[in-house]
Amino acid sequence: MISREEVKKLAGLARIELTDKEVENLQKDMERILGYVSEIGRAEVPKGLAQEVPAHHNVFRDDSEPHGAGIFTEKLLQQTPKRKDDYVQVKKILGEA
Amino acid sequence: MHANDTNMRIDLENLTIQKATEAFRSGEFSPSDLTDVYLAEIEKKNPGLNAYLTIFEDGARKQAEESTKRYKNGNPLSDIDGIPLAIKDNILVAGERTSAGSKILENYKASYDATVIARLGPAGAVFLGHSNMDEFAMGSSNEHSAFGPVRNPLDPERVPGGSSGGSAAAVAANLCLAALGSDTGGSIRQPASFCGVVGLKPTYGAVSRYGLIALASSLDQIGSMAKTVEDAEIIFRHICGKDDKDATSRDYPSLRTTNYDLQTITIGFPEDFPMQGVEPAVLKNLEESKEKLKSLGFKLKPVKLPYSQYAVASYYVILPAEASANLARYDGIRYGLYKPGENLVSDYMGTRAAGLGPEVRRRIMIGTYVLSAGYYEAYYNQATAVRSMIGKDFERAFSEIQAIVTPTTPGPAFKLGEKGDDPLKMYLEDLFTIPANLVGVPAISVPSGEVKVGGKGLPLGLQIIAPSLREDILFDIAKKFLA
Repeated sequence: MISREEVKKLAGLARIELTDKEVENLQKDMERILGYVSEIGRAEVPKGLAQEVPAHHNVFRDDSEPHGAGIFTEKLLQQTPKRKDDYVQVKKILGEA
Repeated sequence: MHANDTNMRIDLENLTIQKATEAFRSGEFSPSDLTDVYLAEIEKKNPGLNAYLTIFEDGARKQAEESTKRYKNGNPLSDIDGIPLAIKDNILVAGERTSAGSKILENYKASYDATVIARLGPAGAVFLGHSNMDEFAMGSSNEHSAFGPVRNPLDPERVPGGSSGGSAAAVAANLCLAALGSDTGGSIRQPASFCGVVGLKPTYGAVSRYGLIALASSLDQIGSMAKTVEDAEIIFRHICGKDDKDATSRDYPSLRTTNYDLQTITIGFPEDFPMQGVEPAVLKNLEESKEKLKSLGFKLKPVKLPYSQYAVASYYVILPAEASANLARYDGIRYGLYKPGENLVSDYMGTRAAGLGPEVRRRIMIGTYVLSAGYYEAYYNQATAVRSMIGKDFERAFSEIQAIVTPTTPGPAFKLGEKGDDPLKMYLEDLFTIPANLVGVPAISVPSGEVKVGGKGLPLGLQIIAPSLREDILFDIAKKFLA
């Protein structure tokens, strides 16, 4: 139902490095889990009902009333693994991955 | 007075919030005395139970001291001033290590207070520490914590349940007076049932999720755990209500403004729930609970919830999908563990490989799969459609009845390691609790008896489910049931 290649591809998407043994174990686990959850395919649902969630809908607040500049900077950066002054330091993004 | 003072014995086993605050007021013992006693108990018992991951010793003593002063001056802040609580490790407490039971946040110190903490703190509550949990709240046994499992205080060879296993164990072992947990598919109710305590999952949106490390944003809720329904209710009242910082939170009506006659309530029991794997002792206990409810004057009738047979399957599509999105932020950049690689992508791959445990990986991978092109129609869209149908089942049921009862769990607490390596076995533990999260309605688990296994009495729980925002119905039925 799910191939080793697919598992490796998904791990790439999920940004998790896996050893060969881990790929093998995940393949087994995922087969088992997907085999079970596929049961939902047997459920009859009216067409077009997808995405509707009873009493729930996506909630957004207005993008307004920002807090004062810099008031959380120090607190947040104290937890940052690589920091430079008031910046979070990261490896370069542009160019070859 | 010191905690070891033999003149002062606090009966922790039978202590309630009301009894404690009465004692604070009368001077029988002070908030500092009580916190000292709990800290001493934690020092003694926690190594064997592993219920707490971090103990806020200095913070707790300071909070207790200030509370003691307030009682001396006759001006306590609230009905929970001085009450010591355990806080699940996925709820941010500013300045304290908050790790969600994961290595990837092993040394993360929270930059801010969760809203629930920002509400309980100014009410005078004392935070004893962060309680152990399944990593990122993924689990039903607390065996998936990166920092060791929690043991059930009633039988240390058994699990306390999960993912709020530490909170449940702490309440049951008298290592706190009450606790906060979080519940996404049963993670408050199931451990409450396994440990013989009360656990409430509120209506979705009733309690702010701001500062709760997110697992599944459409399912998560913070709730209270305690020895009594009254205590769970008191804590709930302090944490519920709309929060501008959580756009999914809602106004909560004052409890008890709805006038209704408890005696006119009809309670439903589902007659088409998938019952395979449910132990005979649990079925027997359910019948006994139904008889008890009848004898208390409640009307009982069967209800049909035909789509509930798909609840576990649809949950284990939706939850991994949402989790895969919510856990993408753990990349070693802004906080948490960082394992540098050759380039940015290998930074991510190595950090996450080092920091995320096996169950977390499983669910992230499933989530990535069910959301990927070519699969999301059949899986994610179908699962949300099924979720909608389960919601309609409940809507229909609640038009005829005012509450639903089921067992909380398919069996009593199982042994550590018993579920082995089969993830499915663990997932099926949640069969009774999952629907309430999918639909968003409130549910409570209360102790309903016990079953003797190997000479030990293991607790069983009754779950009561009510319509949205009707926690009052849950509290009222539960109090009568336990009276």
